[in-house]
Amino acid sequence: MTNPKTLYEKLWESHIVAESDDAPSILYIDLHLVHEVTSPQAFSGLREKGLKVRCPERTIATMDHSTPTISLSLDSADDMAIAQLEQITKNCADFGITLYDAESDGRGIVHVIGPEQGFTQPGKTIVCGDSHTSTHGAFGALAFGIGTSEVEHVLASQSLLQTKSKTYEVKFEGELPFGVTAKDMILALIAKIGIGGGTGHVFEFTGDAIKALDMDGRMTVCNMAIEAGARAGMIAPDETTFAYLKGRPHAPKGDAWDAAVANWRQLPSDEGAVYDKSVTIDVSALTPMVTYGTNPEMGIPINERIPSLNTGDAAEQSALSKALKYMDLSADEPLKGHPVDVVFIGSCTNSRMSDLRAAASILKGRKVADGMRLLVVPGSETIRHQAEAEGIDKIVRDAGGEWRFAGCSMCLAMNGDELEPGQYAVSTSNRNFEGRQGKGGRTILASPLTAAASAITGKVTDPRELM
Amino acid sequence: MKSFTKITSKIIPLPHIDVDTDQIIPARYLKVINKDGLAEGLFDSWRRLPDGSPNPDFPLNQDEYQGAQILLAGDNFGCGSSREHAPWALTGWGIRAIISTSFADIFRNNALKNGLLPIVVSESTQTSLFDLTEESPSATTDIDLASQTLSLPDGSSVSFEIDSFSKTCLLEGIDQLGYLLKHDEQIAAFEESRLKV
Repeated sequence: MTNPKTLYEKLWESHIVAESDDAPSILYIDLHLVHEVTSPQAFSGLREKGLKVRCPERTIATMDHSTPTISLSLDSADDMAIAQLEQITKNCADFGITLYDAESDGRGIVHVIGPEQGFTQPGKTIVCGDSHTSTHGAFGALAFGIGTSEVEHVLASQSLLQTKSKTYEVKFEGELPFGVTAKDMILALIAKIGIGGGTGHVFEFTGDAIKALDMDGRMTVCNMAIEAGARAGMIAPDETTFAYLKGRPHAPKGDAWDAAVANWRQLPSDEGAVYDKSVTIDVSALTPMVTYGTNPEMGIPINERIPSLNTGDAAEQSALSKALKYMDLSADEPLKGHPVDVVFIGSCTNSRMSDLRAAASILKGRKVADGMRLLVVPGSETIRHQAEAEGIDKIVRDAGGEWRFAGCSMCLAMNGDELEPGQYAVSTSNRNFEGRQGKGGRTILASPLTAAASAITGKVTDPRELM
Repeated sequence: MKSFTKITSKIIPLPHIDVDTDQIIPARYLKVINKDGLAEGLFDSWRRLPDGSPNPDFPLNQDEYQGAQILLAGDNFGCGSSREHAPWALTGWGIRAIISTSFADIFRNNALKNGLLPIVVSESTQTSLFDLTEESPSATTDIDLASQTLSLPDGSSVSFEIDSFSKTCLLEGIDQLGYLLKHDEQIAAFEESRLKV
């Protein structure tokens, strides 16, 4: 009998092209997602070396980071953004790669459209020049972010030099309480193990509470695996996964579908498989989470106070004090009730239908607070159309919010959607780093429910009070 | 890739943990389509005051550290975004090595492909290095990659780990893509074998 294996080990072993004692392994890549910001220098590298893209059919490109969200036209983008968008258009045309361009209905955030179009499937190795590639692990894929040199490697060879990661089981047990979501689960994990807690490891999220999540929620959890430093985050595929994928444009059809599902059923970790590390979180004890600092580990349950300045070792105390200075917040004070200027609902973390529906459930029939700027940015054009068919755009506009076209938008503030210096935002995105949403801007990460509730009151608000 | 053999330099202290790549280079600098000029955005929000003038308290702005090639940072350097613009900005400034107690995985991979050496040291070595930079900021440290040794200003030396593949690539300035392309036949065979399943 063979040794029981984890999901990660099965994917790793089935994608090894070559192994050697004096070099990392060569790992085959099934799907390469490309966007405008981290790819131009990789294509330049191919041209300089006279190389082709080895598998254009395994490469999919989109425009998302620097695209405007106020219109479908790129005209309102600045000159540098336009040059970058023209460059990806040329690169995809020259190298024969499918591009979801500005006019395409399927365009959207790279980590939203991969699953939505059915390119993302269980058992695949998936990479992209973007750290939130971990999102696709929600389908039982091995998906991770790479740099631009590695983008060039994959374009040229459909392979990567990789060292095997360690495995880390993150078990979420119990039933999620009312008003608590997948976003709160992952923020609670990061607060517990720290932003470097997963370094060198691949997470596998297991447990009843993971099984109970829909695919949107699972993607939210895997999306932020990188915020705990993990190489990837994975969830074993199950009926929920198959139901999501069935009938998607690029999912297998007919007999090929049945064969694929039969293969996918072999992927979950074997009984008795051993992980290098593990942690268990009881979700029944969780409440909505919010961050108070300048990295995603600086998070607290919404009804608790910001930690004291003497928390942790000297380096951590210094980091906390620096973070609170930037945020202009005080130790030992509650964050709930703190005034908020902007609410951003969007990003590859929380811009899918269930996120928009959750936000709309709070916004419906209400108005945002005086002076509040609410920005709602769907993850893809497909989602935008569906949300509009459900009347979510009207709910957002009636509440006094801005309803936008798809893109990364204010998650990283490359496209003109940004905070002004000193502003506080409650944001459904993934990073609260200094200046992430605009120079001098201050980000409080939260779930779509908490973000929508805070838009209504103009203060950091426990969404359960409005539900 | 620029090779890395030996350097002798002052050490620039950056005593913060969890330095993320958004701080190393903010997203507003990522609209370029080449690798040039990114040093302009290096640590932009820390290096410049809100009015755009240089922040005199930030080490990279201090006369003492002009031309220095070694950065000493707190734990978990380079976390967050996968942007390779971070090592491009650092090497564009002239940084060739970073010393910390740990590096984020993607940053480490990116650095090694750009002739930028990430050196992991113990917490006690890190502490004594921070102490040394405070006591004698102009003292220099030698890094010898071949012997994997840091020679500190106080005459002591510390060895560091690096995998043999990365070491060879750095010493000889080899682009790792060449190694992958040499395996073209094996990649083709792998693709063929999967079609048969």
